Amino acid sequence: MTQQFYVSPEQLMKDRADFARKGIARGRSVVVISCADGIALVAENPSPSLHKIGEIYDKIAFAAVGKYNEFESLRQAGVRYADVRGYSYDREDVTARGLASVYAQSLGAVFTAEQKPFEVELAVAEVGPTQADDHLYRLTFDGSIADEHSFVVMGGQAERVSSAIDAGWQASLGFADAVRLALKGLTPATDADQPATPLPASALEVAVLDRLSESSRGSRRAFRRLNDADITALLA
Amino acid sequence: MQESTANQVAANATSSFTEHLQRDRPELLPFSRSLTGSASAAAPVQVPHATTIVAMSYNDGVLMAGDRRATMGNVIASRHIEKVFPADRFSVLGIAGTAGIAIDLTRLFQVELEHYEKIEGTQLSLEGKANRLGAMIRGNLPMALQGLAVVPLFAGFDTSANVGRLFSYDVTGGRYEEHEHHTVGSGSVFARGALKKLWRPNLTAAEALSVAVESLYDAADDDSATGGPDTVRQLWPVVYTVDSTGTRRVPDAQLSAASRSVIESRTIAGREA
Repeated sequence: MTQQFYVSPEQLMKDRADFARKGIARGRSVVVISCADGIALVAENPSPSLHKIGEIYDKIAFAAVGKYNEFESLRQAGVRYADVRGYSYDREDVTARGLASVYAQSLGAVFTAEQKPFEVELAVAEVGPTQADDHLYRLTFDGSIADEHSFVVMGGQAERVSSAIDAGWQASLGFADAVRLALKGLTPATDADQPATPLPASALEVAVLDRLSESSRGSRRAFRRLNDADITALLA
Repeated sequence: MQESTANQVAANATSSFTEHLQRDRPELLPFSRSLTGSASAAAPVQVPHATTIVAMSYNDGVLMAGDRRATMGNVIASRHIEKVFPADRFSVLGIAGTAGIAIDLTRLFQVELEHYEKIEGTQLSLEGKANRLGAMIRGNLPMALQGLAVVPLFAGFDTSANVGRLFSYDVTGGRYEEHEHHTVGSGSVFARGALKKLWRPNLTAAEALSVAVESLYDAADDDSATGGPDTVRQLWPVVYTVDSTGTRRVPDAQLSAASRSVIESRTIAGREA
């Protein structure tokens, strides 16, 4: 018969957290920036079909880093949650706060109860009629939730990217400037004497939540994914 | 053990909102309740009914129009009801029959298409959309047998074939592709007669609009459950067009002009029919 060794709860939680952190740190970063035109979501992602950024509802988008199968199941659960809520109440009643708290509860439950915690970090973004009404929530693997302002950076080199974006962020940025800023942060650091080579459009995944989608596109769905040509045109 | 987990995951992976509701929240489906008890087939309940819808193809795509009346027996239940809805960017849906269920069904269908698009990252094909709608109508069959039928008309732009297409349905969910034009609802026979004379291949959008308005006018002329253009309350039919750029609701100003010109030409003709 195998002997069950005693492991203190502190040690158990620390081990789990370290395990999840390691998994997340391996991945590339994702940046979510609130700006004058809306919210820009930028990820370094060479795959054109395995998305890290997704549409949840009219004004709500999702971005994630970590294990694809884990955050994809969370994204689908989020779409189901939002669609059921919007269908049974009203489209207006679907909020990022509600969704983020459901995510926080599921991540928290998985962290404590399951064999292994989810190796993911999520951002839930909701665009409002004015920049003050924008909501950005960051959710970590243990279910902790943070209400962020202006921008969220997640993934591998989060600290380095975050400081680069913090230096250049202004409330008045348009989409083009916001994506440029995100790109500047995401571009890997090189030696000081060599200029950093910017990431090509094909290595990027970019989506935006238009603040004025009703008037500019006649659509209540604010989410818009940019293809390579759109990204090149935006940054030109 | 592992295989059963994999099977479970595969079985739970659905891109259909309706399937998700059936599994998790069946009480939210418009057709989940069966009316056992007081209501029987012999005495159908008195509920508002939506009436005539016409749809036709024109040179750029398809157009769908519906009158604004809902009736409950001999009473006009609503003069403002809208019975043509955009289903998604490239398709529209018109409904005839029990208004309450039909409007919920439309809402469900709209969410169904959007849900698929969000989960899968691509739009359903037009055939796929038409089949999903058929399945929903079949789901409503028990209610239809108790007198609460919903009969939709579906039109969309097939982005792969680059052509507008029409689909009609029966209460059992049978799906039939229609060519040129089609009508559903209580005034449909009269509207169909008008369309047979007025429709011709390669109509422009403006011509198709006036054909639609005139056929609805004829339906309202002979069917008491179909409302004609109301110049007093400024109520015009609801008309949507679908072409390669997407769905578009025809603005009231255009509808008012088209309706007034039909009324005017009929007034000048001054004939009985």
